[in-house]
Amino acid sequence: MSAETHEGVHRHPAPTSFIRKYIFSTDHKVIGIQYIMLALAAVAVGMVMSLLMRLNLSWPGTSWPILGTLFPTGAPGGVMNPEFYLSLVTMHGTIMVFFVLTTAPQGGFGNYFLPIQIGAEDMAFPVLNMLSFWVTLVGFMVILLAIFVEGNQSIGQWFSALGPSFTGGSGTVGPIGGWTGYAPLSALGKIAGPGQGAGMNLWVISIAIFCVGSLLGALNFITTLLNMRTKGMSLMRMPLTCWAWFTTAVLALLSFPVLLGGGILLLLDRIAGTSFFIPSGLYVSGLLSGSNPNFPLHTGGSPILWQHLFWFFGHPEVYIAILPGMGATSHILSTFARKPVFGYRAMVFAIFAIGLLGFFVWGHHMFISGMSPYSAIAFSVLTLSIGVPSAVKTFNWIGTLWGARIRFTSAMLFALGFVSLFVAGGITGLILGQSSLDLAMHDTYIVTAHFHLVMGVASIFGMFAAIYFWLPKMFGRFMDETLGRIHFWLTFVGVYTIFVPMHIMGIVGMPRRYASFGEYEFLRTLHPLVLLVSVAAVITIAAQLIFYFNLFWSIFKGKRASDNPWEATTLEWTTATPPPHDNFAGVLPTVYHGPYEFAVPGAPNDFVMQTDVGADVPSGDGHNGHKH
Amino acid sequence: MSGPTCQAVTATMVTSTKKIPTRGIGSGGGFPGPNGKKPGGNGWHGGGDRSKRKFSPAAYRITMWVLLAAIVMMFAALSSVYVMSSEEQRRVVAMPPMFFVSTVLILVSSGTFQRAKRSLKLEEPRAYFRWLLATLALGCCFLVSQLVGWRELTRAGVYFKEHPRSTFFYVITALHGAHLIGGIALVLFLIVRRARRVLPLNTEKNATWTGIVGLYWHMMDGIWIWLFLLLLIFK
Amino acid sequence: MGRALAVIIWIITLLSVLLFVSGKWWFPAAISEHAPALDRQFMITILVVGISFTAAQIGLGWMVWKYRDTGSRSDRAIYTHGSNRLEVLWTIITAIVFISLGVMGQSVWASLRLHDAPAGSYSVEVVAQQFQWNFHYAGKDGKFGRTDPKLIDDGSLNFVGLDSSDAAAADDAVTSALAIPVNRPVELRLRSKDVIHNFWVPQLRFKQDLVPGMEIKVHFTANKVGKYELACAELCGQLHYKMKSYMLVLPEDEIQALQVLPQEQFQAKMVELLNKYPLPNY
Repeated sequence: MSAETHEGVHRHPAPTSFIRKYIFSTDHKVIGIQYIMLALAAVAVGMVMSLLMRLNLSWPGTSWPILGTLFPTGAPGGVMNPEFYLSLVTMHGTIMVFFVLTTAPQGGFGNYFLPIQIGAEDMAFPVLNMLSFWVTLVGFMVILLAIFVEGNQSIGQWFSALGPSFTGGSGTVGPIGGWTGYAPLSALGKIAGPGQGAGMNLWVISIAIFCVGSLLGALNFITTLLNMRTKGMSLMRMPLTCWAWFTTAVLALLSFPVLLGGGILLLLDRIAGTSFFIPSGLYVSGLLSGSNPNFPLHTGGSPILWQHLFWFFGHPEVYIAILPGMGATSHILSTFARKPVFGYRAMVFAIFAIGLLGFFVWGHHMFISGMSPYSAIAFSVLTLSIGVPSAVKTFNWIGTLWGARIRFTSAMLFALGFVSLFVAGGITGLILGQSSLDLAMHDTYIVTAHFHLVMGVASIFGMFAAIYFWLPKMFGRFMDETLGRIHFWLTFVGVYTIFVPMHIMGIVGMPRRYASFGEYEFLRTLHPLVLLVSVAAVITIAAQLIFYFNLFWSIFKGKRASDNPWEATTLEWTTATPPPHDNFAGVLPTVYHGPYEFAVPGAPNDFVMQTDVGADVPSGDGHNGHKH
Repeated sequence: MSGPTCQAVTATMVTSTKKIPTRGIGSGGGFPGPNGKKPGGNGWHGGGDRSKRKFSPAAYRITMWVLLAAIVMMFAALSSVYVMSSEEQRRVVAMPPMFFVSTVLILVSSGTFQRAKRSLKLEEPRAYFRWLLATLALGCCFLVSQLVGWRELTRAGVYFKEHPRSTFFYVITALHGAHLIGGIALVLFLIVRRARRVLPLNTEKNATWTGIVGLYWHMMDGIWIWLFLLLLIFK
Repeated sequence: MGRALAVIIWIITLLSVLLFVSGKWWFPAAISEHAPALDRQFMITILVVGISFTAAQIGLGWMVWKYRDTGSRSDRAIYTHGSNRLEVLWTIITAIVFISLGVMGQSVWASLRLHDAPAGSYSVEVVAQQFQWNFHYAGKDGKFGRTDPKLIDDGSLNFVGLDSSDAAAADDAVTSALAIPVNRPVELRLRSKDVIHNFWVPQLRFKQDLVPGMEIKVHFTANKVGKYELACAELCGQLHYKMKSYMLVLPEDEIQALQVLPQEQFQAKMVELLNKYPLPNY
């Protein structure tokens, strides 16, 4: 149903050259796809790393010849050494959190669909948009270099031109510090051991670059949403996805500058010899601070300060990862339940409440860090109160399903999976958010299980749902449903098998970030579980190959899709498939209804599109209350 | 289970006998298509001929405010370093006298920028140009005064690597200076545009640009005052 | 498909709950005075967590089972935009449950962290360094000798930088394992020489970071004699997973005998005691 075009209506001329069209494109749709491709590449790297970690934990000492060839220093003879494992931990976390969970949901799907869903022809500043993608890509390149610069002599030497801080080849495959990079380990430099040399510098630089890219993106999202909504698209008629992307952009806007500031200081500590995060009187690797040219004098820094700066960013970051998934889930649940979102207004308030509270709970990562025990109490109670809007969202999702006519497409399965996993992962926040219980739980596998389920897997399920749902619009072709279902069943069962036992490991007391558990007697009983988790991880990761195949096969060979194949209501389904360069072929739509008018009594179809005129629907500003 | 319904569905589904509400729909004749059939726009954004993007002052203003929010967050985070750094071996750093001069310079520059803005409103092109030049000059003087201030600091024995607090003096002024260089570039941009008569003086575009550059400039002024007070009061 | 999904969700829920209630894997038996209260709070919380988790999953499964589109029904879904009354109701209920849980959880925290160790506590200085624990005992006089980072010399085994010219240092002992008395408050003064480490004995039910540049004091009372594993729980570098030591909880007479010994005999006695006590059965 392509729009009839008026005579005299001018379209945006689409760029014709390949480079302007697909590489340095300013079209938000192309940029969105670029972000998604970046995330797909990054998630593949991150997954392979997690696979290697599981192999090392379950079958320590086994020789994997390929590994020996790729990383001669990290895995001599194919056997991983502990610093190799720890750099995998660090790189896996950093790549997944920054380059997957932040890029795909926001930069990818947000970029593609936010302008279309609010009826705009592009982002407010298309060139800025392009820039934010390319900056992010440079960040990704730098983090990949961080893996190799230290492990590979030839690359390391090439970098030595940049000065001694960047000379690599120190014998590991990357930085060691976890994705949180706690100072002073991360601030001291090479003296603190393997993984603290050039790779760590590149790690900090990569994150700083990423901050800049995300900030540029956030500027654009906020301005676009506030300023470019089409006629009739009042705030309360926006799809919940737009609310989620908007809130995410606000979170990014206010939290990334803090990390950027912290990153600059950390880098200064590392390469300029300052002492922001390094206290006086340190004695590292047999040397006293100030006694040796390799270890200059440091005075007066505060290691906890880095944690404050990091987590002030880091906690909102968790919501940056999950909010778009929540938005997509609400959107897709409603579409395939053939029913309006239950409690639209409450959903909007919940998103805002989560975003707002997210700025006041960072201290719950630091209960045992040595900060004031009184502030721990405040952080603890505030943390548990974040459970309230989260629960409200869950209730409303289940409310949306009540009395529905559910169509089980792959997209819907993943959206339902999101709800299940969000509950499973989020609910343990009640344990970890209590300062008392954190005394026992901190830095054990229950933390790993909690955040992987809720911010990792649930967010990824939101993205899977989004890609099965929107691929027909983006490329005009469906993903294969059979493969999609196989992918869903394997992944859904797989992730539960991986992460539920990890809770138990945490209760027993298994610490995170251990290259091996062989040293401790009290962990021996856990070996069957460790093995179970690893086997499940191998199967689940293998199942993702089905997804990759399905995706790329479908883009080129999938069944063709019409303009509105899911019988959905929002603006992206009113335009052609795939949408033209300026989204609406020169004529911006006018909106008359709320976003989720399904099953309207008396309407000819069971869905009323936002642009439909004349249907007997209350003008629909997401009001509550029964309407019959 | 029912698979996805894949057939094309037209969205034009107005089969109801009810009268079509005409909200916002000007032209009659035929059912509105999915895109409303009529050039859209929500009033803020304009509509009509879309072959050229319409200039949107609001977009620029929102973006500038949002950008400033991000910048303020960064300086707030950095200020916490100053407040939280350990007390051991901390030396009291005396405010270099030159920083008082800096403060005066930047305060006056905000004033001159306001004058430029007013001249624009009064449509006095020469005054507008002159006040912009004055702002530019004051901005440059500010940067120079900062460099002199640094030299005063080193002379007083406050070195870059000594203690977070002393490093802080350099880092925070350098970052503020870097941001101010951005402001100077923006002012320069206004001046060059004026000098080359790119636009008639009283266009909306010119007013918007002058407005947002002013926002940025005043915010840099505000951030400096904040830093100055921080350095002055927290000893 | 709806029924299959419902069944899978229910099976996953059942298996997850079974894993938790099986009792095959759980906390190691606690040995500290505050632990029963912490364990109780944990049980209450996990009960709330378990019930919420189970209820939500059963509800979700029920919805997808009951409201699947069978294709035969021509009628539509229920047309509703929600219910303000319900929203208010479940917001208030969850707020009450979650926040009171949070407030209840503070009692253990308050008892451990909001006041200093009681007078007469047995004090030990803990000095962590990359991949090694050092424990500094005050000796006969009950006074810790002066330490100074400048005097640290790992090469000559002065790991904590003890100043031998200080009179109080003469009877001090430094070992790589921790010995504390049973049933008596213990105060640990935690320091780190290089990066952040974390003191973690699972049976004690508490952790604390050791932060360079800070001396953090914690206190607890152990109430069961024995030998326990001590781990580092904060990533500290390459051999983090090997940064292991033992904590001995000794009867009063043994600790009295131990703490009057000079350095060499102290260490020898420590080795003897470490061999004497077995680890708990896991």
